[in-house]
Amino acid sequence: MTLSRRDILAGTAATAAAATLPAGAVKAQAKRNVLKVVPHANLQILDPIWTTGYISRNHGYMIYDTLFALDDNLKPQPQMVENLDVSSDRLKYTMTLRDGLAWHDGTDVTAEDCVASLQRWGKRDGMGQRLFAVTDKLEADGKKTITLTLKRPYGVVLDSIGKISSNVPFMMPKRVAETPADKQIEDTTGSGPFMFNKANWKPGNLAIYEKFKAYNPRKEAVSSAAGGKIAKVDRVEWYTMDANTAMNALMSGEIDYWEQVTPDLIDLVKKAPGVKVENLDPTGNMGWARFNHLVAPTNNPMVRQAIMKACNQEDFLKTAIGNPEYYKVCKSIYPCGTTYETDAGYVNQNVADAKTLLQQSGYKGEELVILQPTDHPVLNPFCQVMAEQLRAIGMNVKLQAMDWSTVLQRRASKDPTDKGGWNMFCTWWIGGDTVNPLTGVGFGATGEKGWFGWANDEQAVKLQDEFANAANPADAKKAATALQERLYANGHYVNMGMFFVPVGYRDNVRGMIRSPVQFFWNMEVV
Amino acid sequence: MWLFILRRVASTVPVMLIVAVVIFAMLRLTPGDPAVVIAGDQATAEQITRIRASLGLDLPIHEQFITWIVHILHGDLGTSIFTNMPVSTLIGQRLEPTLMLTLTTVIFSVSVAVPLGVWAAWRAGSWTDRLIMMFSVLGFSFPVFVLGYLLIYQFGLTLKWLPTQGYKSPFTDPLGFASTIVMPTITLGMIYIALVTRITRASVLEVLGEDYIRTARAKGQIERKVLFRHALKNAAVPIATIIGIGIALLIGGAVVTETVFNIPGLGRLVVDAILRRDYPIIQGLILVFSFTYIIINMLIDIAYTMLDPRIRY
Repeated sequence: MTLSRRDILAGTAATAAAATLPAGAVKAQAKRNVLKVVPHANLQILDPIWTTGYISRNHGYMIYDTLFALDDNLKPQPQMVENLDVSSDRLKYTMTLRDGLAWHDGTDVTAEDCVASLQRWGKRDGMGQRLFAVTDKLEADGKKTITLTLKRPYGVVLDSIGKISSNVPFMMPKRVAETPADKQIEDTTGSGPFMFNKANWKPGNLAIYEKFKAYNPRKEAVSSAAGGKIAKVDRVEWYTMDANTAMNALMSGEIDYWEQVTPDLIDLVKKAPGVKVENLDPTGNMGWARFNHLVAPTNNPMVRQAIMKACNQEDFLKTAIGNPEYYKVCKSIYPCGTTYETDAGYVNQNVADAKTLLQQSGYKGEELVILQPTDHPVLNPFCQVMAEQLRAIGMNVKLQAMDWSTVLQRRASKDPTDKGGWNMFCTWWIGGDTVNPLTGVGFGATGEKGWFGWANDEQAVKLQDEFANAANPADAKKAATALQERLYANGHYVNMGMFFVPVGYRDNVRGMIRSPVQFFWNMEVV
Repeated sequence: MWLFILRRVASTVPVMLIVAVVIFAMLRLTPGDPAVVIAGDQATAEQITRIRASLGLDLPIHEQFITWIVHILHGDLGTSIFTNMPVSTLIGQRLEPTLMLTLTTVIFSVSVAVPLGVWAAWRAGSWTDRLIMMFSVLGFSFPVFVLGYLLIYQFGLTLKWLPTQGYKSPFTDPLGFASTIVMPTITLGMIYIALVTRITRASVLEVLGEDYIRTARAKGQIERKVLFRHALKNAAVPIATIIGIGIALLIGGAVVTETVFNIPGLGRLVVDAILRRDYPIIQGLILVFSFTYIIINMLIDIAYTMLDPRIRY
């Protein structure tokens, strides 16, 4: 090979140019293996079993693995498990762990670790408690085999162990999983595709995850929480910041990925060069207005029915979300587009009927208290629209403005409204939490022991049991539909529809996974 | 002097105790419950009760107070309910950004405001004076976050000269520190410049009418020396007071600037803690802030004796 004088000159010029590159450009080259993310919330709690907070769940997915995981069709698939054997009487589940599973400290994952993890999860999670109520024995049989023996056949064993949202049954080393369920764990050793860098954790600012090089991913293609979890970057950094600051940082390329672009900023972010906005969540979020079933006037089923008839789902969604691309009128209590979606029993808006029903209910203008979280961009307008729709049928509505933390506290009160009690509050669930009659804690109707609002309906509880014990998908679907009809008939809550919160990312980010939950494996910066 | 310092340090004890009682009582009277925030949206009342018990939040308030005070007396500010990290560690993580932001803001503001104030006083009643005072009014009335976002838009997003957010330590990355601290300093400094400029102008103006200034001019002193050696020196006590109070206010008041520029300082720590009702952090930080105020006030008092030899304690 010969070099001409021009080649040499060009080479020298290129070298000189590279040497004078601004520090930022050099950094950008070195940064390729780092994914900088603004997650939806500030990571404060590291124990995803102790809390149901979604940010702790997402942290859990970074560092822990699961025995089973839901795929794109929300069907449980083996994850840490290699073989599953179910006895013909459906009473014994034998699970064998895959080869090559290791904890971040280098020791092997054993069946004993998994048994301890399931037991701790079973003390905290609603589905876990149901599963353990029908469990006769859960034991480790050797190093790699877990045996679950049931007292009676139970239809949703794998759906429970593979549940996608809080609390997810994450596997932890036995020494960690033996922490009492009411105490927060301190050791963050997991066996997932990333390791938590606890030494550099700055709550409220930065959480760092390093690639776990010894992680042994499945061979199957990634499919929601299931399939091969391949960490394609060496490091994922979570930065906590305010929405406007996150928008600026994304536009200027200081971060790569923003997990939840707030509805009011979507249009601005979309217009920015080099930035994309996309909805990656197929099951979205379900808006709810929860009734207090203990306190007047919402302890009256006819009043609850009147309220449901007064409400128009699209009004909530138009006001809070605005862009129809990011909301969907959904008459089902399960996310539209999922297995159990149905319109059965939905109460359509009819203002005249609502007024009549309200009159018949004996309502005499008693105050109806709605807890309004003014610091929440979606729930605040939900509450305001609700108040207007109820005033339109002649109700005496009192919107009580407060921050979300205060709503969380106030909703625990069972007192009458003049002593700090309440009648309604607005909330939301991610679609993954309401995909079936058992995942949704809010579907429960066990009275004062249950979720806030304390609906008490034996028929609904029976239908949940029917679903849990269904022998086949058709029976499960039948029970799920019947439960929806029952919940609407009893005025369980007001369905405020389905909305989506898109992600924002730089156009050099690839490998995002479509799922109700945010995962960071498979993602890369090119 | 030493007696004065000892007396002032001793006087912090009852003040801190009153602050501790007030803040503890106020937090317990404020609606909100950390246990429900920890438990998350799916938790039942039963689960929340268990968490409350595990955190000791179900104990009578006086018992909680005594436990906290005993820990404080042992130098332990407590542990965050959420992160399980010692409050002192969390404060330690956040102290440097806030101190650095305060320091750069004070240096920048004083360097701009004092000459401006002296100039305005010297040219009292002229267009220069009016312009400076107009700028001062603008500095007071311009919301901090608006200025912050305008700077970000211009220098971060349009010209791409500076990063839009973040903080780098001057000890590990001096250039990064310089680039990340410029806009927050200007943003936070505006109100402070306005304040110090006005006080400086008023103080110097008052002094400029004194006999010794006339004497200095009659001696043939050049105007610069008259202004800075004679006038400013004698007007220094109120200026030092306002600078000192300003430092104390900046340490606790940088919340908005820290939020807009994503600076992980004490301001954001306290706001996050309030939103989540993380009592130990709020209590610990307010104690630290109160202690800082007291110490700064003491330092101002000591500075008086250096600026004005007539003052003795």
